[in-house]
Amino acid sequence: MSAIAAETRLSRLGRLMWRRKAASVGAIVTLLVIVSAILAPWLAPYDPNEQNILLNLAPPSDEYLLGNDTYGRDILSRILWGGRVSLFVGVSSIAIAMIVGGLLGIIAGYVGGRTDRVIMAVMDVLLSFPSLVMGLLVVAVLGPTLTNLIIAIAFTAIAPFARIARAPTMAVKQRDFVEAGRALGFSDLRIMLVHILPNIMDEILVLASLWLATAIRTEASLSFIGLGVRPPTATWGGMIRDGFENMLDAPWLVLFPSLAILIIMVALNLLGDGLRDATDPKLRHE
Amino acid sequence: MSDTLNSPLQPVLSVENITTEFRINGAWHPAVRDLSFSVKPNETLAIVGESGCGKSITALSVMRLISKTQGRISSGSIRLQGRDLLACSEREMEAIRGDAMSMIFQEPMTSLNPVMTIGDQIAESLRYHRGLSRRQANARALELLELVKIPSAPSRFKDYPHQFSGGMRQRVMIAMALACDPQLLLADEPTTALDVTIQVQILALLAELKERTGMAMVFITHNLGVVASIADRVAVMYGGRIIEEAPVEQLFDRPTHPYTEALLRSMPRVDRDRSELHPIPGQVPPITVRTPGCRYADRCPLRIERCIREVPPLAPVGGNPHHTARCWVRADLPVQESIAS
Amino acid sequence: MTTLLDVKNVSKTFVVGKGFMGSRKAKLQALHDISFSVGEGESFGIVGESGCGKSTAGRSILRLVEPDAGQVFYQGEDLLTANRKRMRALRREIQIIFQDPYASLNPRLTIGRTLAEPMLLHGVATRRDVEEKIQSVLAEVGLPPQAMQKYPHEFSGGQRQRIGIARALALDPRLIIADEPVSALDVSIQAQVLQLMEKLQRTRRLSFVFISHDLGVVRHFCRQVAVMYLGRIVEKGSVNDVFEEPLHPYTQALRAASPVPDPRAKITVAKIEGDAASAMSPPSGCHFHPRCPKAMDICRREYPAWREVGHRGVACHLYPAKAGDAHAA
Repeated sequence: MSAIAAETRLSRLGRLMWRRKAASVGAIVTLLVIVSAILAPWLAPYDPNEQNILLNLAPPSDEYLLGNDTYGRDILSRILWGGRVSLFVGVSSIAIAMIVGGLLGIIAGYVGGRTDRVIMAVMDVLLSFPSLVMGLLVVAVLGPTLTNLIIAIAFTAIAPFARIARAPTMAVKQRDFVEAGRALGFSDLRIMLVHILPNIMDEILVLASLWLATAIRTEASLSFIGLGVRPPTATWGGMIRDGFENMLDAPWLVLFPSLAILIIMVALNLLGDGLRDATDPKLRHE
Repeated sequence: MSDTLNSPLQPVLSVENITTEFRINGAWHPAVRDLSFSVKPNETLAIVGESGCGKSITALSVMRLISKTQGRISSGSIRLQGRDLLACSEREMEAIRGDAMSMIFQEPMTSLNPVMTIGDQIAESLRYHRGLSRRQANARALELLELVKIPSAPSRFKDYPHQFSGGMRQRVMIAMALACDPQLLLADEPTTALDVTIQVQILALLAELKERTGMAMVFITHNLGVVASIADRVAVMYGGRIIEEAPVEQLFDRPTHPYTEALLRSMPRVDRDRSELHPIPGQVPPITVRTPGCRYADRCPLRIERCIREVPPLAPVGGNPHHTARCWVRADLPVQESIAS
Repeated sequence: MTTLLDVKNVSKTFVVGKGFMGSRKAKLQALHDISFSVGEGESFGIVGESGCGKSTAGRSILRLVEPDAGQVFYQGEDLLTANRKRMRALRREIQIIFQDPYASLNPRLTIGRTLAEPMLLHGVATRRDVEEKIQSVLAEVGLPPQAMQKYPHEFSGGQRQRIGIARALALDPRLIIADEPVSALDVSIQAQVLQLMEKLQRTRRLSFVFISHDLGVVRHFCRQVAVMYLGRIVEKGSVNDVFEEPLHPYTQALRAASPVPDPRAKITVAKIEGDAASAMSPPSGCHFHPRCPKAMDICRREYPAWREVGHRGVACHLYPAKAGDAHAA
């Protein structure tokens, strides 16, 4: 029964969002990027790591649509494969941040009192670091592996999720149905997960789509300064770094991965804004 | 009271056949249908009904405060001392609102600006409408606070709304509404949010101020008890129409429309020992549902065939022209059609 | 009539304000020495104006608010000392109905799910017969079987309150705390819901603690009533006695101020002036004395002890206190 509940709500959210052109463009582009990343092994015309010294810094051509990099690797293939890494890192770190931050926020909002003050004080400290600095710090301490990168980026996004979850939890907690649940003998955990969480999911989803863009940017930035995934694995940030020294001779090395980042960020922000508008309580009244 | 009824005074407000509609899913639906009433100086007309009956929409229509994007007054006329309000521009209406007529609402907290002292808020209206200087306006504002019996008014002049209790805030609202000596006061459930011991105080204050200034008052409420204590005349609304209108004593002595009667019988009374309650079965039809006849027909035990087909006119009850009801069964059958009352 | 619920000397003080870094915390005494008892199959009313503590009193019984002092005996067992597990079991027996029928239902759950959850959790129903049980309770409150698949927003206010009642009935309780259950409803719908509650009381032999600001509704629904003012019970007795011939000046004022649909009973003169004081800083002596038309010297100094007058009790210096009967009944 809960599946039905979630579905009708999501489908209504989708319908409201669909009315906005910008939001639907954002959604479509995001979807395209995700699909192309998933299908990279089949879509990519060449092996992303296959070097060909003869094609060193070759400009875009009919054969190699986006040109070739310093090692003569096909840039289009590397962008497609790099998207996999960027999205994987982004999605998994945001998923972790969403779960950890969301739960912390719900606990803080629901339990209140000292628990609330302690959790939120820690979150405030986390928030005071710029996310790049925070990511840098964590990767520097743990070492630059894919897992650590994900952990680092997740770490930077926990505090915003805790905050966004806490405020509506406090509002929902005031509603009588929470009290009714207690009167019916439901446990606190059950009230938090079954009764409060679904009521604040909209807010969390909006934040997730906006923070996914930030996560991808952080990943690219970390890769750019060499703290990302190790070469030769293709990532967008890594590609920009590799192309940086030849930017004047072969601008396509930097241009195309930068465009990829730009496109996904704009798309995710459009999507997030659209979601936010769609969850606006003023629009909920049909 | 009968003085006001038979007095030759011209009505302050006369509303004739207004229909106010709202757009819902692209179609216009009437929330107030073909509604007529008038109020004379020093008279209180209570408009009573349950939620969704159109009573608040009626007040907002008179104030011309119906949102333009969703609603419209599609026909009829509203005259304030002879002036046709529906012909006024928005600018003219702004000059009238808060001056010749003003309104008080249910929730005084949301109607007051939280970051402005109450003295300034009252003075603002005087400076805007009357062009008074700051000093004159402040002096008059203080008089008004004393008029509405705010204890130690001078010291509270510079207080903010949150420093007042609900009852005191409603007094402040009344002071603001009365700032420019309006001829008409529209009160929309002004005591509903208040405790009963405070409600009595506000009702007494309103009655006293009406007596003192001679203004006309339209008092909107869902509470028949409040109606009995404040009204001179009562109009009962159901489904956007006035279904019964009478001087207050006649209405309670001889409730004629089956809805009025049922409403009285469904109200638990503190002065009666465990009287049997008679709930009204069913629910008010939503305004999106169109009915050719009486809106109450499907809940009415006296329903006859004609009730479903045709809307009854407001017809006299027992030959009394002051007591009218819209009922095919209970009101006098119109021999010659004369809908205008 | 056997006593089902016996509330004894319950008090509750809320600490308001954050009190961060040793800043001053304000105290609000919401309940002060509240005692009353409810017989099996009886409706006990608690009336009073906003902020008098009537809601807190109701919630204390269920321990949705934890009282600081006193005892709440349910069939002789003190609820306030029951451990978590025992309390959860006892919650089957005592349920609550709220004022705002919309806020009291989870908007994300269908009615079926809302009703199934407590039944399954407490083992009142199994997965196999839960639907049948839901249908029977829906029928009992006068809702169609299709209501199961719908969401709260698809119902009118009166129907939502029926759902709230159905949820309270889901666990077959014996006592229901009804906190302003009809205050948000229109008069005609209010009567429908009151009638439903009366029917349930007869058929299920339910007891009610009925909390309301509306004296008319309480007079209609209850046999016994307590009147509260600023956290204390000021008068208690049978509904007829208390509302026909109120003893406490506050009850008198409340009764006189309650609107009656009779123009000849017109109340044009306010019986008492002023606002109720805040429960954060209640006046000395009798809390009502600043508004009381009959206030005497002693009223300003001393809170009046509880005294029995005939079959009822009142806390007011106007009536003779029996020597040695100083404790609150």
